[in-house]
Amino acid sequence: MNTALSFLAGLIFGIGLLVSGMTNPAKVQGFLDLAGAWDPSLALVMAGAIGVAVAAFAVAKRRHDTWLGSPMLLPAATHIDKRLIGGSALFGAGWGLAGICPGPALVLLGTASGKGAVFFVAMLAGMGVFEWVERSWRTS
Amino acid sequence: MAIDFNAFTPLTALAGGALIGLSAAMLILFNGRIAGISGVLGGLLRPRAGDVGWRVAFVAGLLMAPLIWQLVVLLPASRWLTVSEYTTVALITVRQIDASAALLVAAGLLVGIGTRYGAGCTSGHGVCGLSRLSLRSLAATLTFMAAGFATVYVMRHVFNWA
Repeated sequence: MNTALSFLAGLIFGIGLLVSGMTNPAKVQGFLDLAGAWDPSLALVMAGAIGVAVAAFAVAKRRHDTWLGSPMLLPAATHIDKRLIGGSALFGAGWGLAGICPGPALVLLGTASGKGAVFFVAMLAGMGVFEWVERSWRTS
Repeated sequence: MAIDFNAFTPLTALAGGALIGLSAAMLILFNGRIAGISGVLGGLLRPRAGDVGWRVAFVAGLLMAPLIWQLVVLLPASRWLTVSEYTTVALITVRQIDASAALLVAAGLLVGIGTRYGAGCTSGHGVCGLSRLSLRSLAATLTFMAAGFATVYVMRHVFNWA
């Protein structure tokens, strides 16, 4: 049940990205290009998503378990540190360079796009670098 | 700043955004999990017992979205025609990646490393974090937005790349 709903959630997420045009890197870069011909669409995608999700998270915050009885795992971290800001800055730079973030990267991979696969493999490698550095820190 | 009204698609942006919000709502209310794509993927790189199935299922849903969406819009019902014309065009443009392979490798590495150190991406911080009213996610979102704006500015208006 959990797994089936999770699949459905991923599917709806991907269709949302397709419908909104956010799987098109040119459209994302059109939003990030404030000094050029600006396409505000991405801001409305965020507004539409937050408009729906804000109600769900308001409900989730008041509960200890989910509607299916499993534990509600809301993030506990609240600190704003160098890792958060530095990591987000690196992510933003990569996002600007290609116009692709992790969600669209998966959808593009699902269209059997060769270039989408190149980006996806590089992104996984980047995540792998993080895991490797973190583990060697902990063991040293 | 000048709005490009030919490129601006407010209705599909809002509708697609609402679907993304619905997905995030489902995942938190049924599974108790944050629909943050980099976090879902990152968790698969350090798998823990009982924590793999929902991640694989969510990723599989994202991967199959283009196929299933294509099947839905190509259903042989006349009322779907204008929608399917739209999405046929949309699906063609979807696969249009102009960046070179070398640029994609650099960008992919930055996105992979950055989202893990920053503990989230556009979905985890931008959609779910802001919906949770998290100041930490607001700080992350403002940072990656600013970095994205700056990067595209330098690419397009300093170096005159596409």
